[in-house]
Amino acid sequence: MANTETMTINMGPQHPSTHGVLRLVLELDGETVVKAVPHIGFLHRGIEKLSEHRTYHQVLPLTDRLDYLAPMHNNLGYVLAVEKLLGITEQIPERANVVRVIMAELTRIKSHLVWLACHALDIGAMTVFIYCFREREHIMDIYEKLSGARMTSNYFRVGGLSADLPDGLEQEIRDFVDSMPGHIATYEGLLTGNRIWQKRIQGVGVISAEDAIDLGVTGPSLRGSGVDWDLRRDNPYSGYEGYDFNVIVDDGCDTWARYHVRLKEMRESCKIILQGLDKLKPGPILADCPKICLPPKKDVVNSIEGLIHHFKIISEGFKPEVGEIYQGVENPKGEVGFYLVSDGSPRPYRMKIRPASFINLQALPKMCEGSLIADVVAVIGTLDIVLGEIDR
Amino acid sequence: MSEHVAVAKLQGKFSTEVLEVKEFRGETTVTVKKEDIVAICAFLKSELGYNLLSDLCGVDYLGQTPRFQVVYNMYNISTKDRLRIKAPVEEGDATIDTVSGVWSTANWLERECWDLMGIGFNNHPDLRRILLPDDWEGHPLRKDYPVQGPDREPYQGRVS
Repeated sequence: MANTETMTINMGPQHPSTHGVLRLVLELDGETVVKAVPHIGFLHRGIEKLSEHRTYHQVLPLTDRLDYLAPMHNNLGYVLAVEKLLGITEQIPERANVVRVIMAELTRIKSHLVWLACHALDIGAMTVFIYCFREREHIMDIYEKLSGARMTSNYFRVGGLSADLPDGLEQEIRDFVDSMPGHIATYEGLLTGNRIWQKRIQGVGVISAEDAIDLGVTGPSLRGSGVDWDLRRDNPYSGYEGYDFNVIVDDGCDTWARYHVRLKEMRESCKIILQGLDKLKPGPILADCPKICLPPKKDVVNSIEGLIHHFKIISEGFKPEVGEIYQGVENPKGEVGFYLVSDGSPRPYRMKIRPASFINLQALPKMCEGSLIADVVAVIGTLDIVLGEIDR
Repeated sequence: MSEHVAVAKLQGKFSTEVLEVKEFRGETTVTVKKEDIVAICAFLKSELGYNLLSDLCGVDYLGQTPRFQVVYNMYNISTKDRLRIKAPVEEGDATIDTVSGVWSTANWLERECWDLMGIGFNNHPDLRRILLPDDWEGHPLRKDYPVQGPDREPYQGRVS
């Protein structure tokens, strides 16, 4: 029997499937992956350190830049954490909570669309990529009308929202959501029955439920391993307990299962958004906490008191009492948590972000060792990583 | 006295190791001695079902003794329950035993904690920097780390 030598190669950071700046050092025996070592840390922007030098309001724009495909989810996690630290969670107005849920679910669809587009492209399907980005563009338009920005929305605020929905946006969201199941059916029509797609993802990137939990995998990647757990249902926030939706679970444990989980999650998000739109009633969008919440914009531009109030809250901030809290939210990629320590000053003493992508990526060697090098591409895609969140 | 069910069991099993129990905003934080962190975490996982280590990080209380706290945010997927464990670590011996044998998640989280906070983890299988280059000096999340970066004078404002 001939001796075989292994070969070590770099995959990434410029490889298209490494989605930015991930480098994998792969030890190969022929085409089989013997060992995979992820190397990260090309971006490190020091967001946690920056946060210690800013007031709680000033930290919010930094959170957009973590998982830049789901900025509203990061905003939501952060504002919920600060509200919990302040003890004002119960004072958030109903309308603000409903809009938060609508926008969070719209963002979940947006994030899943990019995942599907890029995952399919990595594996060789071009058409789905273009279709998914076409639908995502509609959500970006909604973002722009709502917040003025297409990418880094910075829309949520401690205590509520930065602005109310502009006229006509409710109908636009409803029209988009009504059209979305048809689009999802199109993607499924292109991929699910496609034998190349099936062969490339069935039985690929297998991870058992026990291993996934042990490695801290969360979100659709965990639910694709048959674990029925979703923070929206199990530790509800922003009124999620008032919505009727299913937690999608598939016990296939492979890339195929995770593909189905995410597609079905998009359908569930549509259900939640429609329920939210039905619940939407006129009312305040900010909690009645004048020492914490920014005053309405019309007061800021029309009265000197409003301007001074705004200036003082932005520049001096507010002082939560001494303590520490952890708040996790169900982001499209998994649980994103914010651990905040307050020393009673207007700045977080310590802010630790629990990034879903960082921890999910740790499972990559487990999922691809022993499989073919072409499967590594599928595994990176199925984990749906964003390096901005990994490096922070 | 905490009403958290895990606290009573933890105190029953590790009566001398539990240093403090705090409740804040409905969350429970238990401070324990660092010497027994592995046994305590293993007990919490195997006996009390905290099967998911959500997060692990260090906090630098510069000027206090002990200077560091290593924080473990854990979750029980069956009971949907969270618990936080903290272990004080002295500045002169900024090390603690690894819990990567209890939860594999801890492997990268401890590497990150070492990289950014400079807390070493004894018996860790692969304790290397993870976010910063291998030749980076210092640990940026320490409170006494120069915010402008090493070898840089503090920013004095615009000169022109």
